[in-house]
Amino acid sequence: MASLEIRAARRHFVTPEGGRVAALDGIDLTVGANEFVTLLGPSGCGKTTLLRAISGFEALDSGSIRLDGTDLAALPPFKRPVNTVFQSYALFSHMSVARNVGYALEVRGVDRKAREAAVESALAKVGLTGMGGRRPNQLSGGQRQRVALARSIVAEPRLLLLDEPLSALDRNLRQQMQIELKTLQSRLGIAFVFVTHDQEEALTMSDRIVVMRAGRIEQIGTPREIYRHPRTRFVAEFIGETNLFHATVDRIEGAQALARTAQGVEMLLPATGLRRGQAVTAVLRPADFSLADQGIAGRVTRAVYLGSDLQLYVQPDAGGEEIRVTARDGANAPATGAAVHLSYAPEAAHVLEAA
Amino acid sequence: MCWRLRKLMTRQNLVLTTLLAPVTLFLGVFFLLPLVIIGLFSILSPGLYGGVEWSFYHWNYGRIFGWADGIDEIFEPIYLQILLRSLGFAAMTVVLSLLLCYPVAFWVSRLSPKTRLFFLFLVTLPFFSSLVVRLYAWLLILKPSGLLNSALMGIGVISQPLEILYTPAAVVLGMVYIMVPFMFLPLYSAVDNLDRALIEASMDLGANRIQTFFKVILPQTLPGIMGGAVIVFIPSVGNFIVPDLLGGARGLMIGNLVEQQFLSARNWPFGAALSMIIMSVVLLVLLSSLGRAKKAGV
Repeated sequence: MASLEIRAARRHFVTPEGGRVAALDGIDLTVGANEFVTLLGPSGCGKTTLLRAISGFEALDSGSIRLDGTDLAALPPFKRPVNTVFQSYALFSHMSVARNVGYALEVRGVDRKAREAAVESALAKVGLTGMGGRRPNQLSGGQRQRVALARSIVAEPRLLLLDEPLSALDRNLRQQMQIELKTLQSRLGIAFVFVTHDQEEALTMSDRIVVMRAGRIEQIGTPREIYRHPRTRFVAEFIGETNLFHATVDRIEGAQALARTAQGVEMLLPATGLRRGQAVTAVLRPADFSLADQGIAGRVTRAVYLGSDLQLYVQPDAGGEEIRVTARDGANAPATGAAVHLSYAPEAAHVLEAA
Repeated sequence: MCWRLRKLMTRQNLVLTTLLAPVTLFLGVFFLLPLVIIGLFSILSPGLYGGVEWSFYHWNYGRIFGWADGIDEIFEPIYLQILLRSLGFAAMTVVLSLLLCYPVAFWVSRLSPKTRLFFLFLVTLPFFSSLVVRLYAWLLILKPSGLLNSALMGIGVISQPLEILYTPAAVVLGMVYIMVPFMFLPLYSAVDNLDRALIEASMDLGANRIQTFFKVILPQTLPGIMGGAVIVFIPSVGNFIVPDLLGGARGLMIGNLVEQQFLSARNWPFGAALSMIIMSVVLLVLLSSLGRAKKAGV
C-alpha cells in the first residue's frame, strides 16, 4: 500500500541577484506505508525543500503531494497528519518536557488524563521515562533529541519527517541514535522520511535511499544498490570512497570484458551490456582490492593508519590517478614506498550507466 | 597552588575594585545620597519658607494616608486619588505602547537587514530633538483650532472641534508618544531573537496560528514584553512634563504634585514624602511583576 506519493514536484527560488534556482526540478517519489526513506545529497540539492513541501512550509510551483490518496496541497501545516523532527529540535524552552511532548495533543483539545498517558508512553518509547518534569535546558543534547522525537510521534502521525536530526550529536551518540531510530520506526509502523547529507547515516538506517542533486533525483535504491551499483559518477563519488577508472573496452571474452585505461592499465570488467570500443567508467571500492603477486603494479605513496585497517594510496606504475585501497593492518602490511600488485574480483567492478 | 590561587584572586579583586570604583563613587554621591536625604526630609517638619526643620514629623505621611491631626495637617484623599490616577495613566501607557509596538516589532524583524537598520534609526530619531519642543508640537496638533481638529473638520468627520487637549486622553497620548521607543527596543530584540523554528514546530504539531501565538510566540517574547513594560511604567508614573503641558486639572499626576510641593508650595518634607511613596509603589509593582515572571518560567 502506497503512503506518500510525490508527482512531478517543482519549486524554484529567486536568488538575491535575480536568478532562478530550481530547488525541486521534477521530483517523482513514492514512499511505502512502513518504509524508512532517506533523502541524501549535498547542501543545496533540494532535500530540505522537499521535506518542507511535505510538511507544508513550502508550496510547490507545480506537481502534487498525496498522502494515502489525499492531496496535501490545500492543507496548512497544522492540518497535515505529518510531524517533523527539526534539525535544531525547536523545543519550547518555556514548557516542561512533558508539556513539550504533549503539545500536539494539548492543541487538539485532548483531555488531561489521556494526554498524560500518551506523554508517558511516548517518553518511554524514546527512553526518557520520568524526565517529564524537567525543562529542555536541563537536558543534554542527546536527551533533547529524544524529547523532540517523542513530541513528534505523540499524535501518531502517518508520516514522520526528520530534518538532519542527528547532525548536532557526537559520533558515538549519533551511531546509537541511528540504531534506535530504525528500531523505533519499525515498532511504530509508520513511514519515516529522513534528510541527511551524511552517507554513512543513510546507509545504516534506510530501507531506500534517494540521492538528490540540484533539485533532481539522481538515483533511488536500497543502500546496497546505491553503494554497489551507483548509476552515475555523482552517486558513486558521494556514497563511500570510490576509485574511478575511465577505460575503453578492448575485447569481450564470455562474461568478462578486457578494458584498457588511457595510461595502459589493463582491467577486467563484467561484460554485461558492453561492446567493443565502448568508453566506460568503472567503479571499484577500496575494499574490493587485495594485495597479490600479480595484477595492477604500483607503489605505495601513503599509508594511513585507521585502526584495524590501513588505507593505502597506490600510484600505478603505468600512470593515472592514485588508487585507494583498504588493507588489513598487520606485521607484513606494506609501508610507504613499497612495490605492490593490486588484484580484484572482476564481478566486483561496476560499470556506470552514465558518466 | 593555594598560595598562587590566593595571589591570583587578590589581583583579580584589585582589578575589579579599580574598575568598579568610579561608578560606585558616582552612584553613591549622586544616587544613594540624594535618596537618603529625600527619605530623611520626608519625616521632618517643613520650614516656614521652604527647607526643613530638624524635628521628627510623621504627618507628611499622615496627610496622605489619613492619620493627620486635623489642625496643622488635614487628611485629603485627593493625594491617594492622584497617585491611583498616575498608576492608571502609566498602566494605560504601557498597554497602548505595547499594542502599538508588538506588531511593528514583528514587521521590522522580517525586513531586510538594511531596511531594518534604517527603521531602527527612525525609532531613535525623536531623541535628536528636545522633549519639550516635541510636546509643544503635540499641543499645536491637539488644540481646538489645531491640526487634528481642522483636518477632521475639513474632511467632515466632525462638526465641532474635539476636546482632547487638557484631558487625561491627551496625557496618555503624550506619554505613549514619548515611551514608544523605550517599549519598541526591548520588544524588538525579543522578537528578533525568537527562533522561527519554534513557530514552525508549533504549527507542525497541529497548532493553528492563534494557538501558536498564545502558546509559543507570546511566552517566548515575554521577557521583552516585561522589560519594555517596566522601562515604560517606571518613568510614566512619576512623569510631570507631559501632564504639565498637555493635561489640565483632570490630567494632574503625582509627579506634578511633587514638583508643586518643592517649587511652589515650598513644603519640601511633604514633597519628599510623596516621592518616597511613588518610589515604594514602583518598587512593589516591579517586584511583583518580576516574581510573576519567574513563576511563569521566563
